[in-house]
Amino acid sequence: MPDTAAKILVVDDEPQIRKFLRISLNAHGYAVVEAARGEDGITQCATEQPDLVVLDLGLPDLDGQEVIGRIREWSQVPILVLSVRTDEEEKVRALNNGAYDYVTKPFGIAELIARVRVGLRAHTVEEEVPSIVKAGPLVIDLPARTVTRDGVPVKLSKKEFEILRLLVTNAGRVLTHQYLLQEVWGPAQLEETHYLRIYVGHLRQKLDDSPDNPRYIVTEPGVGYRFVGSFG
Amino acid sequence: MAEDSKLDRVEDSVPSKHRRGRLKVFLGSAPGVGKTHAMLQSALRRRQDGGGVAILCVETHGRPETERMAAQLETLSHPETRGERAVPRIDLANVIARRPRLVLIDDLGHGAIVDGKPVRRTSLVEPLLEAGIDIDTTLDVQNLESVNDTMARQSGVRVRDTVPDDVVGMADEIELVDQPPEVLIRRLRDGMIHVDDTLNRSMRRFFSRRNLTALREMAMRVAADRLDALVSGDNGAPAAAHDHLVVCINDSPLWRRILRTARRLAETQHIPWTIVYAQTARYEQLDEAARDRLVHAMRLGERWGAEIVTLNAQGDIADEILSFAERRRATRILVGRSRSRHLSRFFGHTVDSKLLRKANNIEVTVVIPEEAELAPRWKLPAPEKLRRFFGVWLAATAAVAGALGLSLALASFMPLHNVSLIFLAGVVLIAIRVGLWPSIYTSILSFLVYNFFFTEPNYSLSVTHEEDIITISFFLVMATLTGNLAARVRYQMEEIRQSAKRIENLYDFSRRVAASVSLDDTLWAVVTHVAGALRCRALVLLPGAGERLDIVSGFPPEDHLDPEDWAAAERAWTEQRAAGWAEPDNEAGGWLFIPMRTASGVIGLLGVLFEDQRTQLSPEHRRLLDAVVDQAAVAIERTKLTVDFEEARILSETEQLRSALLSSVSHDLRTPLVSILGSATSLANLGEAIPPEDRTELAQTILDESERLNRFVQNLLDMTRLGYGALEPKRDWVDLRDVLGGAVRDMQRSLEDLKVELQAGADLPLMYVDPVLIGQVVVNLLDNAAKHAPLHSTVSVRALRRGEDVAVSIIDNGPGIPPGDRQAIFDMFYRVAVRDSDARGTGLGLAICKGLVEAHGGTIEAHSGPDGIGTEMTFTLPIREVPPIIEPMDMDS
Repeated sequence: MPDTAAKILVVDDEPQIRKFLRISLNAHGYAVVEAARGEDGITQCATEQPDLVVLDLGLPDLDGQEVIGRIREWSQVPILVLSVRTDEEEKVRALNNGAYDYVTKPFGIAELIARVRVGLRAHTVEEEVPSIVKAGPLVIDLPARTVTRDGVPVKLSKKEFEILRLLVTNAGRVLTHQYLLQEVWGPAQLEETHYLRIYVGHLRQKLDDSPDNPRYIVTEPGVGYRFVGSFG
Repeated sequence: MAEDSKLDRVEDSVPSKHRRGRLKVFLGSAPGVGKTHAMLQSALRRRQDGGGVAILCVETHGRPETERMAAQLETLSHPETRGERAVPRIDLANVIARRPRLVLIDDLGHGAIVDGKPVRRTSLVEPLLEAGIDIDTTLDVQNLESVNDTMARQSGVRVRDTVPDDVVGMADEIELVDQPPEVLIRRLRDGMIHVDDTLNRSMRRFFSRRNLTALREMAMRVAADRLDALVSGDNGAPAAAHDHLVVCINDSPLWRRILRTARRLAETQHIPWTIVYAQTARYEQLDEAARDRLVHAMRLGERWGAEIVTLNAQGDIADEILSFAERRRATRILVGRSRSRHLSRFFGHTVDSKLLRKANNIEVTVVIPEEAELAPRWKLPAPEKLRRFFGVWLAATAAVAGALGLSLALASFMPLHNVSLIFLAGVVLIAIRVGLWPSIYTSILSFLVYNFFFTEPNYSLSVTHEEDIITISFFLVMATLTGNLAARVRYQMEEIRQSAKRIENLYDFSRRVAASVSLDDTLWAVVTHVAGALRCRALVLLPGAGERLDIVSGFPPEDHLDPEDWAAAERAWTEQRAAGWAEPDNEAGGWLFIPMRTASGVIGLLGVLFEDQRTQLSPEHRRLLDAVVDQAAVAIERTKLTVDFEEARILSETEQLRSALLSSVSHDLRTPLVSILGSATSLANLGEAIPPEDRTELAQTILDESERLNRFVQNLLDMTRLGYGALEPKRDWVDLRDVLGGAVRDMQRSLEDLKVELQAGADLPLMYVDPVLIGQVVVNLLDNAAKHAPLHSTVSVRALRRGEDVAVSIIDNGPGIPPGDRQAIFDMFYRVAVRDSDARGTGLGLAICKGLVEAHGGTIEAHSGPDGIGTEMTFTLPIREVPPIIEPMDMDS
């Protein structure tokens, strides 16, 4: 495992949650440091230099959003946020503030580990995305801007390709609606989420992906999209 | 100024001085039909044709399109913040000086600040038209007074800013702005209609198809009626409602009763009413008191919901009133009986008799005054009072003079002694007709005159014959006795009449109280009854919060008492006795407060204030007052008991709901916890002793039950938020298939033993909904299906476009729901009675589904599945048109 001995800082005020995170993360070969409070978390982040931070948004002393902001003042360490279901807006805010992804409480450990992996990979293999991405029957040639499915070329419009490119280069990570709109349409269209819905709809059709049971593009309700295709 | 160019355009166009402006009303059938937009559009068109157009008030409600249009015109007002809303401040002289050809006044019913004073915008109409400036204005039909009344009855929603129906009558042109109810309902749902705060709560009720259709109909009728009137040259106001009551008042003291009668009529028959005062030259001759009465009457009428109109009557009053009533399409006229002399009544010259004669299609009701009401003696102006006072003695003197004349004429034909009988007749007549004291005066005068003229020596007061002395003495005694007797009969008859009236009063009162359902009704009946029976002002004070006395009702309505009166009330309350005016320890207070007693003690106070400054109550009044107070006490207590009973009932229902919640929570939280605890302890204690596959199964149980627990907690949270109205859907454009797919994935484990079939129509549009909440609805419905569907059967999830909605159905082939329960299952904590105890329902899930779907403007229903097997739960969501993509679709790469 390339990320063996990666150090993960868990900031959560619930000792039970810290305990099961520690045990599970240890079992997956990660080193774990813990903090119960936001202030402590920020300090630990500076002293321990973790490779990734798992941060609960509901802390007793500081607002989780503030913790993200203060860490981001001097560190680019990937931050994974823990949040409850009803707080879609909080999640989007955390993502905008610099968290790379979130896990909704209550969560299964498999989901958390998957997110941690993505965070560590993206950080260590900085921008080193292969120029040709394969996901199941899909082959996406980024420099050539072509896509084939089972060897058959798929004709995508410029914007469709752009969306796909963003999702694929951030595979496994959630991308917010605002981020996608900003990148593809520019700052004037940040509110027009229906553009995104329509284009993603077309994209899914062309890739033979279905929203009922998505193979590539997963919708995160109220937040954004995530590319899940396994590479290989 | 940045608007220089716009400003030039305004001043360029000088309207001709002698031309009166035209009024055009954009009449909307409901809020949100696009009146303002239509008005602005027409104004912009008109400006292109070369007219100076300026805005006085336009409310854009932040709609970009409207704002863009409004920005192209100059605004001749400045917004001023009053309370929560911005009100336009207008300098009328300045506006007129600027001479726009056309000004725009949005929402005519709202307020404005004109020359520093807050006024209705309607008050701008006349001066502007007079100055030759055209006006375009907008108005919702429900803002018309008559329509508002009708709608208030129908929908329970009353708007505050009403406009007299006259405005429509003045309009030279009416443009109806109209939308089908379906469109409006959709617009409201999508938050595209600005709703007045006051209406917000009741808007859902108001925006029903039925109400909107009714409004639409009324708007069309108002417009059509006006058109009719314009065509036929009649300048009358339209009949916006079916019926109308016209009430005529004059300065007569009868007005109070007329108004009361009118109000009762108008309210019981739900018809709008107008108070008309026909002003004639006589107005100038009225004294202060009469003018005050008029003003008071009009104010009171206005407060009671009547429209007030003053007619300038040049000719015959009755004709003026009739023509007005016809213009109003009134169906009924209420008028007081005139005070005129009997002769003019006989010849039919009074207003009421003329109305009765001339009104053809209008029902005329004449209110007959009660004697004291029409002309209370102590209230007559001074000269009249004097005349009456002297009139009594004059009549007595005249009777004697008459008797004298007759006696002189007959003296030669009859014995002298019989002449005295003629005088006696005069005395009896005065005793019967006038009273005791005048009759005694008559008898003494008669004695003197008889003595002077008819006893020896004649023409002297001395008496020589003894028999004459006896005659005269008997004469005096007889006169006094007869007079006394007659006067007593008179008094007794008066008594009987009074008591009959009192009984009638009390009877009337008990009938009204028996009919009243709310405490307010009863209190109103009490105060009006007391005020009417005792001719005083009346108040009821009841202990409010913290046992402090509050004024709860009054006639005439009153909510203020002077400190000394409050002190008297407090005394009456704490010492449980009458206090205040005419009571021993009163300090200058005018009100008298009497405790209202029932078997259970003093329940409140009744206050009375006599406006004539008498110094104490007559025993008769006191008796009446006591009787009324007792009755009032009983009536109020009865109503309070009814209200308390109702409250107790509601409380017990709340209590039931609470205990249902508790039992549901304890059951639904504990059941999964039992499995989790059991499995976890097994794993912890037995560990390696359990075969690996069983360990996995135990872990799986913990997992499943935890998820169930999580769903339940989520439902509880949603229910609480729904209950507090705090659940606002965070709407976004959503592909419904995403939501359905997501929900099915979330429920994967529960649906493990079932086959799930997902069908979504190819023509599903994007939906504007909260994806998380709708996801929750689908999860709950799937959870429900999973509980009831037999193992390895199929659960279908279907989403289809159905007209203006998308319908989502979740179908299982479980035992189904009995038809009688299909409504009730959406109630909180309702569970269909099932034989097996495995009904793992919370009774919450479906109630939450209903709440969430309705928060989106949709509906949810339960049916039996296809072929009558199983259950089909269907919810609908309204389709909203997807805004177009502005840029061209780049289909080529």
